[in-house]
Amino acid sequence: MKYQSQSVAKLYFIAAIGLFVGQILFGVIMGLQYVIGDFLFPYIPFNVARMVHTNLLIVWLLFGFMGASYYLVPEEAERELYAPWLAKLLFWIFLFAGAATILGYLLVPYAELAKLTMNDLLPTMGREFLEQPTITKIGIVIVVLGFLFNVGMTVLTGRKTVVTIVLLTGLTGLAVFFLFAFYNPVNIVLDKYFWWWVVHLWVEGVWELIMGAILAFVLIKITGVDREVIEKWLYIIIALTLISGIIGTGHHYFWIGAPSYWQWFGSIFSALEPIPFFVMTLFAFNVVNKRRREHPNKVATLWALGTAVMAFLGAGVWGFLHTLAPVNYYTHGTQITAAHGHMAFYGAYVMIVLTIISYSMPIMRGRVANGPKAQVLEMWSFWLMTVSMVFITLFLTGAGILQVYLQRYSDTPLGFMVVQEKIELFYWMREIAGVIFLIGLIVYIMSFFVKHDDEVTA
Amino acid sequence: MNSTVKQSEITTKYHLPGDLAIWVFIFAELLVFGIFFLSYAFSRAGNVELFNKYQQTLDTTSGAINTLLLITSSYFVVRAVTAIKSGDAQRCVNWLAAAIAGGGGFLVIKVMEFADKFSHGVSLGTNTFYMFYLSMTFFHFMHVILGMIILAAVLIKARSGGYSETEYTGVETGASYWHMVDLVWIVLFPLVYVIR
Repeated sequence: MKYQSQSVAKLYFIAAIGLFVGQILFGVIMGLQYVIGDFLFPYIPFNVARMVHTNLLIVWLLFGFMGASYYLVPEEAERELYAPWLAKLLFWIFLFAGAATILGYLLVPYAELAKLTMNDLLPTMGREFLEQPTITKIGIVIVVLGFLFNVGMTVLTGRKTVVTIVLLTGLTGLAVFFLFAFYNPVNIVLDKYFWWWVVHLWVEGVWELIMGAILAFVLIKITGVDREVIEKWLYIIIALTLISGIIGTGHHYFWIGAPSYWQWFGSIFSALEPIPFFVMTLFAFNVVNKRRREHPNKVATLWALGTAVMAFLGAGVWGFLHTLAPVNYYTHGTQITAAHGHMAFYGAYVMIVLTIISYSMPIMRGRVANGPKAQVLEMWSFWLMTVSMVFITLFLTGAGILQVYLQRYSDTPLGFMVVQEKIELFYWMREIAGVIFLIGLIVYIMSFFVKHDDEVTA
Repeated sequence: MNSTVKQSEITTKYHLPGDLAIWVFIFAELLVFGIFFLSYAFSRAGNVELFNKYQQTLDTTSGAINTLLLITSSYFVVRAVTAIKSGDAQRCVNWLAAAIAGGGGFLVIKVMEFADKFSHGVSLGTNTFYMFYLSMTFFHFMHVILGMIILAAVLIKARSGGYSETEYTGVETGASYWHMVDLVWIVLFPLVYVIR
């Protein structure tokens, strides 16, 4: 580790992994509730489990992005972090606010939570993924602004590289678009319209910049390929992301009451959204093939290549599957969406965070790379989680295709719950794949505790 | 020795004008426009009468003048590249300025055309034909602006002596992008304004 202050990232990564475990536990609970509806009722109803599952995902990915930034920005800027104490303080505030919010979801009925947190003063609750009490949202804004200030000052007073500029652009976008979470118009069309400015422009816009920057950083480090080459790739990826992704928001405007020209704009531009992900795959493999050194951290390379491939499949291919308006007319809001959501989030964002953790954690623990035993264990966790996620996606896609046919396409359409019973088998298989994912995650955590008698030191 | 000569001959023969990155970008742009053109054709096939009727409300003359402007401007960037290849940076700057002026002329005429349509109450929601007309021409309009920005950046660098007869990749990069903007218009103009 070149700079002492990079080590704050460790706190963020540990918290991220902890919350990841929580997210998966609730995922497994919810997967079971799909087939045994009253499992854990009334303690953890389905809607609460779902809220915890999705909110934990977002929060731990944010921890991951912040940790990644705190790690890579000092190294790129060639100076210590502007204010390491601020990074530590914000960590505890964010962790406390996050934990309190999740406990709020679990311990108090949602309507009660809204009252307790004085949602009336500035109503922002009750919308999918943005369920957090207003006070938590304000907390998120404060934490993110403090974080941006800290990282921004480090970048601006140090060496500026394409990686840090792209990262900072992405992080600024993340902060700006989150502000739309506070805009809650009465008109439900406008509500949904701007709700997507947070949700879509995050995951199909600015988060892709963050992902590209982190991937570029790790590839520079592990392959030793010229920075200029990697930066050029990064420029192309960003340009393609923004060309397709911004107007691509239109693929959410097909049926919400927005003007019909969005069916054209949304279809055309979002059909191009797989391209930046495809280029990212080419980029990763190309750069690794041209590597100039054999970095001892093999498993970090595996994660880097894995995230490029899985992001292309999950976000690119599975997104394209239902993005054209005439197709989406039938598939909207079915298990096909769930299949896409699972693989895209895992492939793009979970895996990029695990990539930077895999690369940086050994360094922060005082070695260039973990010993072979720990690396092999981590590779096992890579394959267990990745393959089980592929199966989760395939089973959900199967469920989705049947659902579309039985419920919406056939000459004698059946009711929602009737169809849900008919596709139960797929939900059981998804649940089994989910349990294997959890096992993969446990193996992943175990890999941190392998005794390092044969570790690689510089 | 002999093989080195051959190698350099091959490189000259298959020389890619400009930076590889701009070509990736150009092909991505062409793909977007290509999908737009296909969607237009597909949509028109189902609404031939509507498309023909409203196509007649478009101003073919200003479209034709704009076509001439862009083609001429494209010729100017060719001259700019030739100039820098012979080491004449000042002439390169002049030709680039002329090319940018051509783009500026295009924008002025296009704005007048848009203003006329808007004053008649035409909007994206009026009908499918106008939706395509407005969105495709506006999307292209934005590309003209981007192309002019790129050419201006090249011009500034050329003026400060950033290019020479051996190092002119940047000029070719800007010129390639500008040709793309031109090419798209050459397809767009007949497709939307003329063909019935």
